[in-house]
Amino acid sequence: MNLSMKWLGDYVKADMPIKDFCHALTMSGSKVECYEEEGKNISNVVVGKILSKGPHENADALFVCQVDIGAEAPIQIVTNAKNVKEGDLVPVALDGAVLPEGKIKKCKMRGVESFGMFCGLDTLGLTAHDFPYADPEGVFVIEEDCKLGQDIHSAIGLDDTSVEFEITSNRPDCLSVIGLARETAATYDLPLNVKEPQFKGVDGDIDSMLKVDIHNTEKCQRYCAGIVKNVKIGPSPRWMRERLRASGVRPINNFVDITNYVMLEYGQPMHAFDLRYVEGSHINVRNAENGEKIMTLDGVERELTSDMLVIADEKKPVAVAGIMGGEYSGIMDDTTTVVFESAYFEPTQVRQTSKKLRLKSDASARYEKGVDRLISMTCLKRAFELVEELGAGEVINTVIDRDYTDRTPASVDFDPEWINSFLGTDLTEAQMKEYLSRLSFTFEGGKVLAPSFRIDIGCKADIAEEVARIYGYNNIPSTDFRGVARAEFTPEQKFTRALRDAAAALGGFEIATYSFVSPKYFDKIKLPEDSRLRKVVRIINPLGEDTSVMRTSTLPSMLDVLSFNYNNRNESACLFEISKEYLPVDEKKSYQGDEALLVNSGKPRHEYEYQLPDEPQRLTIGMYGGDSDFYRLKGMVEQLLDEMNISDVEYIRASDSDAFDEKYALHPGRSAVIMRNGTALGIMGEIHPEVQDTYEIGVKTYAAKLNIPELMEAAAEKISYTPLPKFPATTRDLSLLVDEDMPVAELEKAIKGAVGKILEKVTLFDVYRSDDMKKNGKKSIAYSISMRSHEGTLTDEQADSAMKKALKALAAIGAELRS
Amino acid sequence: MKEQLEKIEVLAKQELEACTDIKALEDLRIKFLGKKGELTAILKQMGSLSPEERPVIGQLANKVRADIEEALSTKLAALKSDAQSAKLREERIDITLPGTHAPFGKLHPLTKVENEIREIFIGMGFNIADGPEIDDDYHVFEALNLPPDHPARDTQDTFYIENTNETVLLRTQTSSVQVHVMETQKPPIRIISPGRVFRSDAVDATHSPLFHQIEGLVVDKGIKMSDLKGTLEMLMKKLYGNDCKLRFRPHHFPFTEPSCEVDISCFNCGGKGCSMCKDEGYIELLGAGMVHPKVLENCGIDPEVYSGFAFGLGLERMVMGRYDINDLRLLYENDVRFLGQF
Repeated sequence: MNLSMKWLGDYVKADMPIKDFCHALTMSGSKVECYEEEGKNISNVVVGKILSKGPHENADALFVCQVDIGAEAPIQIVTNAKNVKEGDLVPVALDGAVLPEGKIKKCKMRGVESFGMFCGLDTLGLTAHDFPYADPEGVFVIEEDCKLGQDIHSAIGLDDTSVEFEITSNRPDCLSVIGLARETAATYDLPLNVKEPQFKGVDGDIDSMLKVDIHNTEKCQRYCAGIVKNVKIGPSPRWMRERLRASGVRPINNFVDITNYVMLEYGQPMHAFDLRYVEGSHINVRNAENGEKIMTLDGVERELTSDMLVIADEKKPVAVAGIMGGEYSGIMDDTTTVVFESAYFEPTQVRQTSKKLRLKSDASARYEKGVDRLISMTCLKRAFELVEELGAGEVINTVIDRDYTDRTPASVDFDPEWINSFLGTDLTEAQMKEYLSRLSFTFEGGKVLAPSFRIDIGCKADIAEEVARIYGYNNIPSTDFRGVARAEFTPEQKFTRALRDAAAALGGFEIATYSFVSPKYFDKIKLPEDSRLRKVVRIINPLGEDTSVMRTSTLPSMLDVLSFNYNNRNESACLFEISKEYLPVDEKKSYQGDEALLVNSGKPRHEYEYQLPDEPQRLTIGMYGGDSDFYRLKGMVEQLLDEMNISDVEYIRASDSDAFDEKYALHPGRSAVIMRNGTALGIMGEIHPEVQDTYEIGVKTYAAKLNIPELMEAAAEKISYTPLPKFPATTRDLSLLVDEDMPVAELEKAIKGAVGKILEKVTLFDVYRSDDMKKNGKKSIAYSISMRSHEGTLTDEQADSAMKKALKALAAIGAELRS
Repeated sequence: MKEQLEKIEVLAKQELEACTDIKALEDLRIKFLGKKGELTAILKQMGSLSPEERPVIGQLANKVRADIEEALSTKLAALKSDAQSAKLREERIDITLPGTHAPFGKLHPLTKVENEIREIFIGMGFNIADGPEIDDDYHVFEALNLPPDHPARDTQDTFYIENTNETVLLRTQTSSVQVHVMETQKPPIRIISPGRVFRSDAVDATHSPLFHQIEGLVVDKGIKMSDLKGTLEMLMKKLYGNDCKLRFRPHHFPFTEPSCEVDISCFNCGGKGCSMCKDEGYIELLGAGMVHPKVLENCGIDPEVYSGFAFGLGLERMVMGRYDINDLRLLYENDVRFLGQF
């Protein structure tokens, strides 16, 4: 809402400094975004009269003028303007003048001195809408009542200030000059000067000229109409154009301008249309018929449905009620008789129709927020007052008023004690009454009654807010609330936090990525057509395809970030993210037993109509460059699991598992699924070369994804201390010759099984392949085996016997002692 | 014999004086004091001395031995010290060369500030509640006093989920968690709920279709608007220091009444007015208010008995203010050169 300060001045004395005004209104609830002083970037421009215009001695296209600027002697100005002549009044930018486009200095133009410049409309930041009589191309020839030498601001009314307000949706009444005048008066405790409009009119019987019937009095509670005959269409006067301009509305002609003026002043949309096109001179406010069509003013044909409200004549709809008129209903140059409409349409009706037709207008924006339901007639009268003031036609002195409005004001119990205890204030009842009275509230039998323009009052808290904002939010004290509450992080929150800290401690940089991604990722990570990860939660109105589905895997987001870093020439990256996946759930779950009731009232709880997807948390790790390889990644995973107290995990080839479809994005020979007691905890490995290419990463890349709920389940709750050894350990080294494809985990399993309780640690210290071994498809694996007993020092015999068992077990799986 | 002994002492001391390394010093010890050394050789002649001379010479010999031993150990200490100094000189390094770094990760700036806020609230007795990011219209709008066709819904450009008849959506505000909490917990309630929210805003330096909010909710008997002010002032002083000032402005949210917007004194100018705060002296920080009685009612809490306050912080804005970040996009691009700075 842009407010003209001059216009505001009609209703309240607002002569305080503009900054003070903006601050005060902001602090009482009408937030000022900014303000603009018109013509602020123009100075030293005055009205001048051209005394003579003669040829230039050196240039055919230039003229030399003597100009009277109200000073002792005329000044000489060289111009190329063809549209000025002797006797014209023009804006003259003097030597040293400032204009939006720069400074003006005296100069010689082709050898003849010029002491200034004539200004056109655009030079002054104006358009032909501001001064319709002026030539938009040439110099602005002023036809205003002004003095020679007068400053241009006051001469042409370029001296208003426009204040831009951000009005919240609960206060549509403030989308008007009078609404803001009321707020100003309440904020500063000033008198408000709003008079009921008056018009004289000419004799005539409206009922013989026009008939109005409301067929749906719920959706249209009031319809006022009147007629202006012998209309004279033309531009509106300067003061009106100025105010419209300051309000951000383009002046068009006197009739359109009057409807806009009244709408801006009171917040009531007005409609003016040509009586000729109302067939049967009969207006019916009725529901549309299904399939009924109307061509609206914007030139689009719209098909209507029976839940929409139209203004119709006897044959056809002429307007969609409260939204837009039909194509032929507007004012034409040859219009002689105009009908003015001022009505109250129910907000939801307008809103739904506007949404359904995807059609918005200034009028619909106001109706759907809610206008003052009691001012339809006042506004009709105001329009007629203006018609007479502008001499735009003859107003018939009788009007139509079909009124079905409920005039009962909104009322709330007035409870000063409760208000004080709710706000934490210590105001007297008299103070509260004074604040509320300033806001036009009244009191009656222990109740406070809201004025009709306040559509947002319904409970005690609303009254408390009114008191608080006039008292000043910043005058309310600050207190500490009482009571004891026990607070702690939940086990999930603790676990996630520890995991995050551990991932960072191991060298990961934490990232944050979007939850929605492009569905192209399915193919980018090589998911098979039937992969369950292709079943996604889809957004119907995404910003673009790139953010149109909720991810079912966090891996693509990680790959995007790795790719971004690689392509920004960052040599290496080790990243991690803790975030959610969104997995559709087929079966709809219902609340069971007590769960189905609200804990505080025992009433039934809202049931979900559709099953929401699961949102499990994942830890995703990704790396490239530096010392990244499969084992660096695996080391990080192992250390993380260890830190989170997760033991007894196994690594199986990802290609042998169906637990994660991300396996298709990984190198089949260099990827693993992390298992514990039959549960898959996560997947990790080298990114498949094709996927790496797709993501345009030029070096080997590694990634892991761990399921946080499963990790939490697997984590030992308690760390139990193991006593430090009292007796020395005995160590034996084993060098084994095995087939190339023998996984070392098998060997370790065999050793562990055979050595039993006294085994302390198996450490792999060498993997070797001689040429000979390679030829035979063999490799050599060397272990250091540490054994220890808690009962006493192990004897050589004990150790040797354990080794013998180990060798036997190893031989059974095809591993022999290397000679 | 006496002269011989004295001569040995003089000679030994001369040679010791000239000696420059530890190994030569050992040779000297053997030469003078060893089993086959010069002193021993002389002492072997003791038998030829008279009983009167024997104790005198014996004493002298012991003294000479002791003197030489002392001289030897003094010299050894000096040589060791010289050698140590030489070694230390040799081992001198350029201490301006950079250190060797162990891998050390970083938390995302969003996490760092969120953790800080979580801890402040845990200290004030607030639990941390989580709620679904994909939720239904009821929890995100309707229960929060935003019935269908409420004009305020326009301002919340919501993403809707396919095949749900526009009832399932990406939450536009963490306020939905208020409803979940009040449906399942009895007062006193004190929670914050940090999380992701989604609005259909195109990406630019200050907008993102995904951002983070931290919701706060307190419900109990006798909760007042002044308590809301006190709580927020405490939070901001802990985050931004005791000098920061808050300004409360009336505003409108459907789920609070009275509602306010809270501004903080400009981080840059401290309230005087500068280009960063557009000459206002204050920067918009968060929305808050007293929980609307209809919201309490919708969740089964009697507004005649209980009252409460709620607030919603934008995490990104706080992170950007904290670290002087001028472009929101940096937070989601995750360039390691950016992440490494926090």
